[in-house]
Amino acid sequence: MIELLLTERCTQCNDCVTKCPANVFDAVPGAPPIIARQDECQTCYMCELYCPADALFVGSDCEHADAPAPARVIATGWLGEIRRDSGWGEWAADPKYKNQMWYMAEVFKRGLAQD
Amino acid sequence: MSEPGLALAADVLIIGGGMAAAWAAIAAARTGASVIMADKGYSGTSGVTATAGPGHWWVPPERREEVVAQRLASSCGLGDAGWMTRIIEQTWTQLPTLSRFYEFCVNDAGATVYGSVRGPEYMRALRQMVESLGVRILDHSPALELLLHRDGSAAGARGWRRQARQPWEVRAGGVVLATGGCAFHSRLLGSRNNTGDGYLMAAEAGVPLSGMEFSSQYTVAPAFSTMARAMSYVYATYYDAAGNRLDLPREPGNNRALARALQRGPVFCDLARMPEDVRARLPYISPNVLPPFHRLGIDPFTDKFPVTLLAEGTIRGVGGLRIEDDTCQTTTPGLFAAGDAASRELVTGAISGGGAVNAAWALSTGTWSGQAAARRAMLQGQRAEAPAEALGQAGLRPTGRGAAPDPVSLIATAREQATHYDRTYFRTAETLTRALSVLDTQWRDLRAGLYAKGSDAVRAREAAAITATARWCLTAALHRRESRGMHTREDFPAINPAFSKRQVLHGLDKIASHFAAQPEFVA
Repeated sequence: MIELLLTERCTQCNDCVTKCPANVFDAVPGAPPIIARQDECQTCYMCELYCPADALFVGSDCEHADAPAPARVIATGWLGEIRRDSGWGEWAADPKYKNQMWYMAEVFKRGLAQD
Repeated sequence: MSEPGLALAADVLIIGGGMAAAWAAIAAARTGASVIMADKGYSGTSGVTATAGPGHWWVPPERREEVVAQRLASSCGLGDAGWMTRIIEQTWTQLPTLSRFYEFCVNDAGATVYGSVRGPEYMRALRQMVESLGVRILDHSPALELLLHRDGSAAGARGWRRQARQPWEVRAGGVVLATGGCAFHSRLLGSRNNTGDGYLMAAEAGVPLSGMEFSSQYTVAPAFSTMARAMSYVYATYYDAAGNRLDLPREPGNNRALARALQRGPVFCDLARMPEDVRARLPYISPNVLPPFHRLGIDPFTDKFPVTLLAEGTIRGVGGLRIEDDTCQTTTPGLFAAGDAASRELVTGAISGGGAVNAAWALSTGTWSGQAAARRAMLQGQRAEAPAEALGQAGLRPTGRGAAPDPVSLIATAREQATHYDRTYFRTAETLTRALSVLDTQWRDLRAGLYAKGSDAVRAREAAAITATARWCLTAALHRRESRGMHTREDFPAINPAFSKRQVLHGLDKIASHFAAQPEFVA
């Protein structure tokens, strides 16, 4: 579930407030938004994808909150990896991150053909 | 409205904001109607399409006859070839019209691939197309109840704007329910808003449901995660807690044996069989698949990780509101159902539509219902000033003065009863009856005492809808005294030709079942 909103990275665009399908965030006038309803988070990673500042971190555990230290998360390179691998924003021009969704059918086909 | 809020009128109201809703909004606007779309979350991220990669049923004309014949044969007697052909044709012509907003993939051979689209970009593109057509989108605006004219036709809906913290009411000449299926809050990726709200609202208008017994579908995921992306698990090797290899099928959706193994104890998995080149492509096929592993410190290609099964309910199940004609109208005039809100038996029969058939169904029924709702409204008018009755019952207008039950515990109970393997994969009259007795009591209690206002009303209605959906699924399973497709009864393990009929359910407080003679639908 959503664990961290790194206020020093946040540009206060409030996209997370708008885009979160579970209405987890609340906007705060003149300040970064807050994680107001962590228990409503559906662990869908959409907020990370839509955060242009890579200021959000969603943990893998959808049942238990367990916030890692911000410094550790920054050091891992996890922040913004979904947005980058999706080829959004500044990554759109890099052919490495081009959408290869078409290959999913091949992934299934090759896997099921294995002995 | 009894308290100040947002009051609007339009030709067409679309309830929902996923792919079926978006295609409905597009079709209604293109037909010339004014359109309002109200989603519980944000149309673009809300629902199970946004987090997935829908591979639409994509069949070139020369292969359609053969593919439809195969699908009909696997539908266990409940499918309809005309409807299958219809959604293939509609998808084939409609999906490429999104190319102004969605960059379709080009494969290694240089050919454009239309059928497979990536969820976040697909829903973002659909939203852009919806906006480009002048549709007014109400985000974070869950619907709570339908409005009906005195002549029994749809008049609009009421809901709650959870960010503006005010009620909304939209009057419309045509209403499309595209509220998705119900996963019972199972943690299935992207499904938290999919609580069966449309089933409940329509049932309060007297609309019947069909195919609810076909609701036994699960997807494998790393334990404690939501990441129900099936493709990696065709390369899975499964182990028991002692590290012994388990011989389990790897076909997506074929998880009964895995459920049996999980009943015996924890099951572990690795993806070592995935070839290197697939591993390298994986982040650019589905960017959300690997991060949940990495963040738990797991290398899925070398480490054994525990797995779970996430219930799909009526999402990859089949059941939903019964549609009465080829425009997807329900028994309530002017009320249409699209996508997972509607029963997909016509195109899936007794087996899951998986991603492909269900996506083609959502696109097609969205389009047809949007067109028909628009035509009706433009012919008959918005009738915004005509008297209308609000239909909401459970959670909004309690019948008694009992203590109000806690919605969170109601949902937890309904989820347990509806998603436990004994009530899905290994059904018997005894297990179903016992679960229904718990759920019937819960329904009586919440019908009498559950009452909330504002944001709390949204959760109360979700609790009522999840409970009602669980009762429909289990009631239908109890009455179908045979095994057919995904519905398996341990006490009736064989298919019984006497049940080669679709099962229709009516009612909320008392649920009536009957098996309808076929064929009933002419596409």
